[in-house]
Amino acid sequence: MSVLVGNNTRLIIQGITGTEGSFHGQQMIDYGTNIVAGVTPGKGGQEALGVPVFNSVQEAVKHQGANTSVIFVPPKFAAGAVIESIDADLDLIVCITEGIPAADMVKVNHALENNNTRLIGPNCPGIITPGQAKIGIMPGFIHTPGSIGIMSRSGTLTYEAVHQIGAHGLGQSTVIGIGGDPIIGTTFIDMLQLFAEDDETNGVVMIGEIGGTAEEEAAQWVVDNNFSKPVVSFIAGQTAPPGRRMGHAGAIIAGGKGTANEKMIELKKAGITVVESPADIGQAMVEVLNK
Amino acid sequence: MKIHEYQAKEIFRDFDVRVPNGKPVFSVEEALHAYDEMGSETVVVKAQIHAGGRGKGGGVKLAHSRDDVEAIAKQILGMNLVTHQTGPEGKKVQRLLIETGIDIAKEFYAGIVLDRKEKKFVFMVSTEGGVEIEKVAAESPEKIIKEWIHPEDGLTKDQAKRLCDALSLKGIQQDSGIEIFTALWKAFNSLDCSLMEINPLVLTKKDEVIALDAKINFDGNGLFRHPELSELRDETEEDPAEAEASSYNLNYIKLDGNVGCMVNGAGLAMGTMDIIKLKGGEPANFLDVGGVANPETVANGFKIILSDPNVKSILINIFGGIVRCDRVAQGVINAMETISVNVPVVIRLEGTNAKEASSLLNKSPLNFIVANSLSDAAEKAVSATNMESK
Repeated sequence: MSVLVGNNTRLIIQGITGTEGSFHGQQMIDYGTNIVAGVTPGKGGQEALGVPVFNSVQEAVKHQGANTSVIFVPPKFAAGAVIESIDADLDLIVCITEGIPAADMVKVNHALENNNTRLIGPNCPGIITPGQAKIGIMPGFIHTPGSIGIMSRSGTLTYEAVHQIGAHGLGQSTVIGIGGDPIIGTTFIDMLQLFAEDDETNGVVMIGEIGGTAEEEAAQWVVDNNFSKPVVSFIAGQTAPPGRRMGHAGAIIAGGKGTANEKMIELKKAGITVVESPADIGQAMVEVLNK
Repeated sequence: MKIHEYQAKEIFRDFDVRVPNGKPVFSVEEALHAYDEMGSETVVVKAQIHAGGRGKGGGVKLAHSRDDVEAIAKQILGMNLVTHQTGPEGKKVQRLLIETGIDIAKEFYAGIVLDRKEKKFVFMVSTEGGVEIEKVAAESPEKIIKEWIHPEDGLTKDQAKRLCDALSLKGIQQDSGIEIFTALWKAFNSLDCSLMEINPLVLTKKDEVIALDAKINFDGNGLFRHPELSELRDETEEDPAEAEASSYNLNYIKLDGNVGCMVNGAGLAMGTMDIIKLKGGEPANFLDVGGVANPETVANGFKIILSDPNVKSILINIFGGIVRCDRVAQGVINAMETISVNVPVVIRLEGTNAKEASSLLNKSPLNFIVANSLSDAAEKAVSATNMESK
């Protein structure tokens, strides 16, 4: 069993002919991901990475039976690329692009509301089910198949957690970077729901950061739904100054709200194991699983 | 991106949002000239810095005569203005806005922000104008009335009317209110703003609703659609090291501690700051060198970190994914051969080719402290702050 991506994934790459799209596309193929087509407007009929390139997502779906897309399109055109895939009724869209204007994401969200498509990101490393499929830019080799679900607003900090979970002999069921922007498709709550239903996930790591209230909402969901799998959480930005955007567009303490401290208090209240140090994530998971 | 009040008001004028007559000035002479031109006996002299709370800090004063204007302009220009938003170090005032006085009947608050939870923009008004809105939100949230803006319809006339109702604006006051709310949304939406605040928005004794204050932040991600806005950037409002870093495409934020850090990825960079603190140190900065930690980025990173005299040690924490650790290690070695780094450097490299990286570092004649875990790295970087400098 896996969450969202796995052996049934038939992936297209939007932006396959660009530098990022072709580099990471090859990495995904090497990992064993089933890539069936690429899309670059104006380059239909060509071939890239051994798969056909189409002018539109619609054509790629029609000819290759694609059900998932990963987007490496520059910020200017990224929202349009997401909406194109929503209109083509794909099951899942993973948007890697960083730098999409918030106003564009409001429109993307509106398109998602009237559709069954799920969006991951934007501004995220993607999603991986170790041993099955990798959709995104994470280094595949650090992952090992296992029983821990990892969800995070960050990139490299996620790799750090993956590394620690692996070093403690646990391995991961599915690892997802949900993205560092203020408006993202899939939330912590969506992932908790999926991890709850997944028999192969025995524990969840949640890596949050300053800004917004996604972690507080997840904590409330854990309480309201009696989420029974152990959760270990780290919140980045305990030392971040207020009013400053810490790299990610969504990582900002605004008007005194969105501090790490507030989040950590709410998570603890929900019975979640909160570690203060990012170096303690793996050890803490081992301890809660042994309880 | 932040801009000054006077710049925001110029934008408001372009979008037919009513604002008082006013002029930005950079010297006492210009202030007097503006006063003479304005033909209003009473004017307001307003310090222009990128922070709120200017009135309370003594940066906004009423002048009833030409002599008043001279005295007040002399006093405020060049002063170090400290408000709840500047931090204790304050900000130096280099620009003033001279504005005609307005007869105020009522003061309100109006603002537009992104509601991250609803994934929509939200228009907010409150009868509690002229005070810290954060306080109102915390103490009496029911006094903030919200209208969420539909992604396709924009702010509708019904919504603008409801906002007026919330402020008890009737008759011609309501017409004026609907006009200004509609115009504000138009400006916000046209320019990819991330925040717009008018505190206070006022009802004048002539029953007009006007923006007495103006604060606009732009969504940095939307600036590519508005190249003309880059002219409004005031680099003197930014920390010089931060401005330099952004010219290298590095994401740097200066902090008060003495352990400098260089990290790939924003989340890991914050996590690294946090663990430095947990180990008893204080981080000197946030620095995300991004995905490509090549010799050039590393060298620029060193330059920026070392421009802060408080820095007593540097922690380099790289989790190599696509970027290979041996390349990063070579980058660090090359950078340290060209730049004199006179504080201890602790390096932790994990991920792709980490082993090759540590053998490169160990072979180098340069004096690194190589750490084998995140925790170990933070401990070593903190204790290195007490070492004799080389």
